[in-house]
Amino acid sequence: MYRGREGMWSWILHRVTGLGILLFLAIHIVDIYLLGWPDLFNKLLFFYRHPVFRVAEVFLAAAALYHALNGIRILLVDFWVEGTRFHRQIFWAQMVLFLLIWIPASLWMLSPVVFGR
Amino acid sequence: MYAGRERPTGGFELFAWFFMRISGLLLIILVLGHLAIMHVIHTVDEIDFDFVARRWGSPFWRTYDLVMLWLALLHGLNGLRTVIDDYVHRRGWRVVSLAALAVIGFVLLAMGTQIILTFEVPSGQMASGLP
Repeated sequence: MYRGREGMWSWILHRVTGLGILLFLAIHIVDIYLLGWPDLFNKLLFFYRHPVFRVAEVFLAAAALYHALNGIRILLVDFWVEGTRFHRQIFWAQMVLFLLIWIPASLWMLSPVVFGR
Repeated sequence: MYAGRERPTGGFELFAWFFMRISGLLLIILVLGHLAIMHVIHTVDEIDFDFVARRWGSPFWRTYDLVMLWLALLHGLNGLRTVIDDYVHRRGWRVVSLAALAVIGFVLLAMGTQIILTFEVPSGQMASGLP
């Protein structure tokens, strides 16, 4: 258990994003299972195409990206000799990388909703 | 090999510890690849029954999706198991929540595996191998 600062926040975010992704995965397995009923499957797609879900989709991508980058940091801390010494620096580098990927990706993903593509 | 943090010393917990790290590493590639293809290159406006049928016409994407399903679900279920271990202390509630996790996990894994393996591409929709 960590108390305060980067170690604790990265751990909390890892848990929250992980649980969110697992919840979506459960929903996603059920929706893909409906491929067994093609007409029903196509009819229900309006849900994922709704603007509210398109915004949620961008946050789902954020959760996956954060969890992936923080996972790399965990691997570095657990398997690299200097990992524990530099875990704070790695965390901030990871957050910069996160924004560099997520901001352009979200703008791209939301552009068809806002402007039509 | 040097580790900066404590790790389990043996048994199932050590196996789970390694599984989380190995599956996690593979999932970074599989899931970010999946998101890039399905949500950045394509969008949910294009994805429908025909899109998935064309995609699953290719054994490569079926295998990709099956491996991703198993790794992601087991990784997530084991993650939730650690969360339950951390927060649910009363014995009765632990047994109930861990049993529920096992049952729901098994059902989801079975549903996902079944549809990926038994989905039949309608004739006239044969594999283009893309996207």
